[in-house]
Amino acid sequence: MSKPKVGFYWCASCGGCEEAVVDLAEDVLKVVEAVEIAFWPVALDFKRADVEQMRDGELTVCFVNGAIRTSEQEEMARLLRQKSQMLIAFGSCSQLGGVPGLANLFDREAIFAKVYRQAPSVVNPNGVTPQEQTKVPEGTTTLPTFWDTVRTLDQTVEVDYYLPGCPPPVNLIMNALMAILQGKLPPKGSVLAPDVALCDECPRKRTKPDKLGLKEFKRPHQILIDPEKCLLAQGLLCLGPATRSGCGAPCVRGNMPCTGCLGPTSRVKDYGAKALSAMASTMDSNDEKEITVLMEQLVDPVGTFYRYSLPASLLHRRVRHAQTKGGASA
Amino acid sequence: MPERQDATKPFEPKIVAFFCNWCTYTAADLAGIARLTYAPNGRIVRLMCSGRLDPQFVLTAFREGAEGVLIGGCHPGDCHYQEGNYKALRRYTLLKKLLQAMGIEEERVRLEWISASEGDRVQKAMNEMAAAIRKLGPLHLEPVPKPHPMKASPPEVTAVEGGTR
Repeated sequence: MSKPKVGFYWCASCGGCEEAVVDLAEDVLKVVEAVEIAFWPVALDFKRADVEQMRDGELTVCFVNGAIRTSEQEEMARLLRQKSQMLIAFGSCSQLGGVPGLANLFDREAIFAKVYRQAPSVVNPNGVTPQEQTKVPEGTTTLPTFWDTVRTLDQTVEVDYYLPGCPPPVNLIMNALMAILQGKLPPKGSVLAPDVALCDECPRKRTKPDKLGLKEFKRPHQILIDPEKCLLAQGLLCLGPATRSGCGAPCVRGNMPCTGCLGPTSRVKDYGAKALSAMASTMDSNDEKEITVLMEQLVDPVGTFYRYSLPASLLHRRVRHAQTKGGASA
Repeated sequence: MPERQDATKPFEPKIVAFFCNWCTYTAADLAGIARLTYAPNGRIVRLMCSGRLDPQFVLTAFREGAEGVLIGGCHPGDCHYQEGNYKALRRYTLLKKLLQAMGIEEERVRLEWISASEGDRVQKAMNEMAAAIRKLGPLHLEPVPKPHPMKASPPEVTAVEGGTR
């Protein structure tokens, strides 16, 4: 009996998701024993041609991490979809757009201008920017097209399951692998994690007051954080109430507030709007002027509430006006 | 699907109005009884309280084709549920900031305190808002991409597959 074939691939991501697979530690041996890794360019020597030669559906399951922002990533996503019986969006970027998705506040032109010309560390007197085609003596070299807008994996191809997190927690990866191998999977389209908010498994849960009544938002470097007390009660912007659980709250255990990488629960359509709603509700003020001052403390609402989910949000990207093409002025 | 604007007619904005059952919605009723005429651009949604307004509603309205969102609640201190309108105000203040960062003009969302007796203020708010948005023009939200359709449905998942690489 031959083993089921598994693929791993990355698109617009940082490599942390691949790291998470390594974090399985000795459990990775169980995985290797149970499956055949047929494609994992980060760790093993496979090429695109190897995938192209596969039969349709030859991969039992393929885990794709990273958002989709170039033409090459879309091609690979489509190819892997075709060759896989099951495609799993692995990690925040793939599921919701992730940190690379914040580029949807800008567009290609603005990003190129910043990265290749304006950044203080850049020396580029001739204004050289990447070209999709370059003629060299040996012929023409090509680069993939860089798009204006970052997409999630499921805005590109059909996705069967989602493994949330930045990166997905090891226990969720292991549970998912076991569920796949035993054929005990929930309905298609499910997020393979518990469907309750993080506060539910937070070690500081019992110190959360019924009414938070905050007068000020503080940032972690501004205070000495009490390691036992609810972070929200200490005035820190912890997104636990709006975020799916399943990670075991490692950030909170490490004395840092939750930033929401596991995304929303199944009842929420737009993570950022819901997180914003939760945070606005923690403030204690009924005075219009004071409320304005309090909310001013949240200098970057998009970066705070959509840190991992801007492309998956209802608005998807910043609205482009003819006169302000190029993106946010900030 | 958002309905398309007829290109031959001048631009008329669609405004989704979320009105509190106890005050602004009643005021809109009163405006009708008093035969006050006002811009017909509003589509009124009755909520039990402005505090019920989830910011997701506002974003959904924009996503579904609204060019503006008007929120009507009870005057401070008059909420039927004590504090719902203050909750609405806190969320609205922060949401506005977020919308601006997302490139949506300030004039497209508006919160008004209108009591049940102030039919004229419904008239005024709706007229002002329609005029402001007419000036701004349509809101061009780019569509959220849909997945590329698969050629054929994939074979049933089997944990065991033959073949060697």
